[in-house]
Amino acid sequence: MNTFWRTFKVAAWLGWEMDSNWTEPWLFMVYSVVKPVAGAFILVLMYTVFAFIGNRPDPAAFSYMYVGNSFFIFVGSVLFGTFQVIQSDREWYQTIRYVYISPISYYVYIVGRAVSKVGVAAFAVAITLAFGVAFLGVQIHLTVDAVPLFAASMLLGLAVLLAIGICLGGISFLTAKHTHGLAEGIPGLFYVFCGVLFPLSILPSWGQAIGKAIPLTYWFDITRRLLAPTLGVDSTLAGYSDLTIMALLVVSSVAFFGLSLLIFKTGEYFARKAGKIDMTTSY
Amino acid sequence: MKPATVRRTDLRYRIGLNLRAVVGRSYPRIVGANREPSWIFFEALLPLLGIAAYVFIYQSFGARSFAAAAGNTTAQAVISANTNALIASVVLGGTMVAFWLNVLWSMASQLYWEKEIGNLQLYMMAPMNRMALLGGMAVGGMVMTSMRAVSTLVAGILVFGVIFQVADPLTLLAVFFAALIALYGLGMMFASLYLLWGREAWNLSALMEEPIFFSSGFYFPVGGLFRVPGWGPIIAIIGSFVPATFGLDALRQLTLGSTAFGGQLWIFDVKTELYILVFMAVLFLILARYSLRYLETLAKREGKLTSRHQ
Repeated sequence: MNTFWRTFKVAAWLGWEMDSNWTEPWLFMVYSVVKPVAGAFILVLMYTVFAFIGNRPDPAAFSYMYVGNSFFIFVGSVLFGTFQVIQSDREWYQTIRYVYISPISYYVYIVGRAVSKVGVAAFAVAITLAFGVAFLGVQIHLTVDAVPLFAASMLLGLAVLLAIGICLGGISFLTAKHTHGLAEGIPGLFYVFCGVLFPLSILPSWGQAIGKAIPLTYWFDITRRLLAPTLGVDSTLAGYSDLTIMALLVVSSVAFFGLSLLIFKTGEYFARKAGKIDMTTSY
Repeated sequence: MKPATVRRTDLRYRIGLNLRAVVGRSYPRIVGANREPSWIFFEALLPLLGIAAYVFIYQSFGARSFAAAAGNTTAQAVISANTNALIASVVLGGTMVAFWLNVLWSMASQLYWEKEIGNLQLYMMAPMNRMALLGGMAVGGMVMTSMRAVSTLVAGILVFGVIFQVADPLTLLAVFFAALIALYGLGMMFASLYLLWGREAWNLSALMEEPIFFSSGFYFPVGGLFRVPGWGPIIAIIGSFVPATFGLDALRQLTLGSTAFGGQLWIFDVKTELYILVFMAVLFLILARYSLRYLETLAKREGKLTSRHQ
């Protein structure tokens, strides 16, 4: 246990240094905030244009979209922060062989490396939400009673995200490149099917079925329920109580943790067998 | 002069050499990429999901407005037409996103990657002009990215039922290619900057995704920014330095009709935007040539030309 904790701590520090020490701290903060805020502004302008050309303003739909998009920052950052570790250590820095043969858990090392991205993403989410509330009229009403449930749902959601990221990491043991495609594509999958920006009812029935099978859909829904309970937009998950959703998240995080171990170990086994652990492909 | 020197200064030889360099550098992107078909799934099909999300946002807004206007068929017809035009704007923006990402990651930061993997010194020693090298990367990148751009367009038409009305195909082609040349010219100019930088390059490219999608109006008509009082026009003017802004505005006018959105969301007319794009294309190519030469010298002087992992 002590080794796991030490590995996690050092990997987290390493991840933070790699992410941030290329520039001054203030510039790093600017970089970390500008990208997600600009992403939110794309949605602001989409809404503005829609309202401008003669259609009626719809502040509830806007708040629904804005809150969902703010929390989606976690998805991109955590997934990319997790599955790019193997690619970057192997192809770019070419240090994977040294880390891999050291007496640590490589799984824990990857989780540690991703933690700095979780921290930066949390900062960006907070700034985006605060900006939305202060300047764009986003409707957020988090009550004190809801805080423990909100904190628990955040922990479970992040655990699911980390597990999914490690599943992808396990696959990346065997793939030559595609980091960019995966970085865009997998979050894109969740962006479309998890009701992040629009209610699931907009999707065709097969799309709704996919959405309801992904635990992140429930995470986005409960986050929005707790943060913005007065929106009145039907997310099609009204039949699920808060506790049911929390139970679903607990089961999902345990299931995805098991799946991540399985995929990671399988990917690692085949990569070792094929001699691909430290391959460089000059991507 | 020695025969070898005479040969090197012969114009025909130099043109041939540089054309061979263009072909040689574009070869891995056009032919090499097709040797690993999995990239079509990862690079062309998966990213469509992100664009689909933006399409569904407009559909969601449209559905709620349509329901709110129940009983008023005229208003519902207007809402349907506007929603289709906005979805078409997203689809066109999605095709341009493919090229912009290619400019950022496979053009601008390419020399940085080459430095990281140790190819840059080989390029520097080779006798061709560096612009031929960048030209080859641009040609290869355009061809390779066309796959993603075409799949976005096809998905827009077949899956989302977008209707385009092209009245002037020649002008459309002229705008498209002028925008592409200007974009890749900008990428060439950036490439020289990246000769000097290390990890800043990666982070700068990452920073030029969403902020540029926003300021250049990739997912909404950029004229919308001019309707936001105060900061909107400033952002739009800054975004106009990226050729995609005028390119997309003109392409949307040519495919949706200049009367779409009540004709209120366009920056200039198509002809003016085409002239601006041609001017940008020439300007960026010239600037790229000079900045490449200057920054190569600077990188050599500071000892950063072959430094890795910094």
